[in-house]
Amino acid sequence: MFDFGIITSWIHEFLTSYLPLGLATFLECVLVGVCIILLYVVIAVIMIYMERKVCAAFQCRLGPNRVGPWGTIQLICDMIKMLTKEIISVRKSDKFLYNLAPFIVILASVMAFSCLPFGRGMSVLDFNVGVFFLMASSSIGVVGILLAGWGSNNKYSLIGAMRSGAQMISYELSASLSLLTIIVLTDTMQFSEIVMRQQDGWFIFKGHIPAVIAFVVYLIAGNAEVNRGPFDLPEAESELTAGYHTEYSGMHFGLFYVAEFVNLFIIAGVATTIFLGGWMPLHVSGLDGFNHIMDLIPGFIWFFGKAFFVVWLLMWMKWTFPRLRIDQILTLEWRYLIPISLVNLLVMVIVVVFKLHF
Amino acid sequence: MERNRSYLGKLFHGISTLLTGFKVTGREFFTRKVTEEYPDNRDTLQISPRFRGRLSMPDPQKCIACGLCQINCPNDTIKVVSQIITDEETGKKRKVLVSYDYDLGACMFCQLCVNACPHDAICFTTEFENAVYDREHLKLTLNK
Repeated sequence: MFDFGIITSWIHEFLTSYLPLGLATFLECVLVGVCIILLYVVIAVIMIYMERKVCAAFQCRLGPNRVGPWGTIQLICDMIKMLTKEIISVRKSDKFLYNLAPFIVILASVMAFSCLPFGRGMSVLDFNVGVFFLMASSSIGVVGILLAGWGSNNKYSLIGAMRSGAQMISYELSASLSLLTIIVLTDTMQFSEIVMRQQDGWFIFKGHIPAVIAFVVYLIAGNAEVNRGPFDLPEAESELTAGYHTEYSGMHFGLFYVAEFVNLFIIAGVATTIFLGGWMPLHVSGLDGFNHIMDLIPGFIWFFGKAFFVVWLLMWMKWTFPRLRIDQILTLEWRYLIPISLVNLLVMVIVVVFKLHF
Repeated sequence: MERNRSYLGKLFHGISTLLTGFKVTGREFFTRKVTEEYPDNRDTLQISPRFRGRLSMPDPQKCIACGLCQINCPNDTIKVVSQIITDEETGKKRKVLVSYDYDLGACMFCQLCVNACPHDAICFTTEFENAVYDREHLKLTLNK
C-alpha cells in the first residue's frame, strides 16, 4: 500500500529547511486546515447530489438531469443561490446565540471529520483516544442545535431543538456502545491502529455475530444522531415547519444543511473505519494473488467506496421508512437498542476472552 | 395480536417487517424509472390509457341525443342540440343529434358524462396538449 505519510513528511522537511520549526508547523496547520475544509465542501456537494439521485431512484424517478450533464451543475447553482441569499435577522431573537449556533454545528462536524483516516498516513487527527475524541466532538453539535432553537425566539424552533436534544443524547449512548464493542476486540482507540489490525480481515468478519449486530445498531443510532431518515423529528416539516433551523436563511441555513450531510458521511466513514476496515483492501487469507490485486487499488478509493456504500445503505433506510413519533423513537432507543448493545458488548467480551473470533 | 407478542417476539416481528420494506424499495431502486422526459420524448411518450385528456366522440352515429351527459355535467360544459325527425319508412318519430357542443375551458374532467352515457358514444382521449391562444378555440363541436 502506498503510504501518504511519505508526502507529508517530505512537505515537512521541505518547509523546515527554509523556515524555523514553529513557523513551518503553523504553515502546515493552515495547509491542512484549508485541505480539510475543501474536502469537507466537496464531500458535502457530492453527498447532496447523491442524496437527490438516490432518493429519486428509490421513488422510481430520474432525479435532477436538466442543468449540466446528469444534473451535476445543479449543485453549483444551488450553492451560488445559497451564498447570495440574504441572512435575515429575527427581531427579539438572541442575536449572539442565533448567529453562533450554525458555527458550533459546523465546528463539531469539521472536528469529527478530521478524525477520519482516508488512507495510509492520510489522517489529520490521529492519537491514542481517537474514537473517544470523535464521539466527544460530534456531540458538540447538539449544543449548536439547542442554541439555534433557543436563540430564534420561535416556539417551533425550540420544540425542534428540545426534541433533537433528547434524541441525539439518547442515541449517542447506543452508538458509543456499539463502537465500544469493536474496541473490546481491538484493544485500541487509535484510528490508524484500528485500521492496521484489520489487515487480515475486516472486523465485521473477524467479530462475526456481535460485530454484525453492533454494525446494524451503529447504523440505526448514527442515522438518528444526525437527525435523518426515519428519525428526522427535529425538523418534522409537517408539524414544526423546519424545526431548529426555521428562522435561518441564506448561508446560515446552508451551514446547517451542509453539516447535516457531512455528518451523515462521518457516520458512514466511522462505520467504514471501525467495521469495514477503513482504507484496508479486502484481503482473504490464503489467496495471495487476489490480495495482491486488491492491494493495487489505492487506499483512499477503498475508503470512499466503502463509505459511500454505507451512505447508500443509510439513504435506503431513510427513503424506506416513515418518520417515527417522539415516544416511538425513545422507546426504540431505551427499550431495544440499549439493552441489545449492552448484551452484545457482553457477548463480544465472551468472544474475546475465549478467543472465539477469527 | 400485537399485545400477545413477547419482547423478543416483537423485536423479531419488527425486524421482519422492516426487511419487507427494504425489499420493496430495494427492488424499486433497480427497476426502470417511470419518469417521462416530456418535451424531449414527445414522439415516444407513453401516457396511461385512463388519463383524461379531453372529451371526444369517436363515432357520432352511436349518440342517441338523450342528453344524459348534459344533465350529469356539473359545469354545464356539454350542450346537446337535438332535433326530432320522422323516419320516412316506418313513420316513427326519433331524436337525432344536430350538434354536440363541448366547452373544454369549463370542463373539469370528472368523467361523469362518460359514465352516464348509455351507449359509450363519448370517451376521454389521452391527448393532453390542449393549450390554445384564444378561449373561443376551446369551444368544440364533437360530432363534426
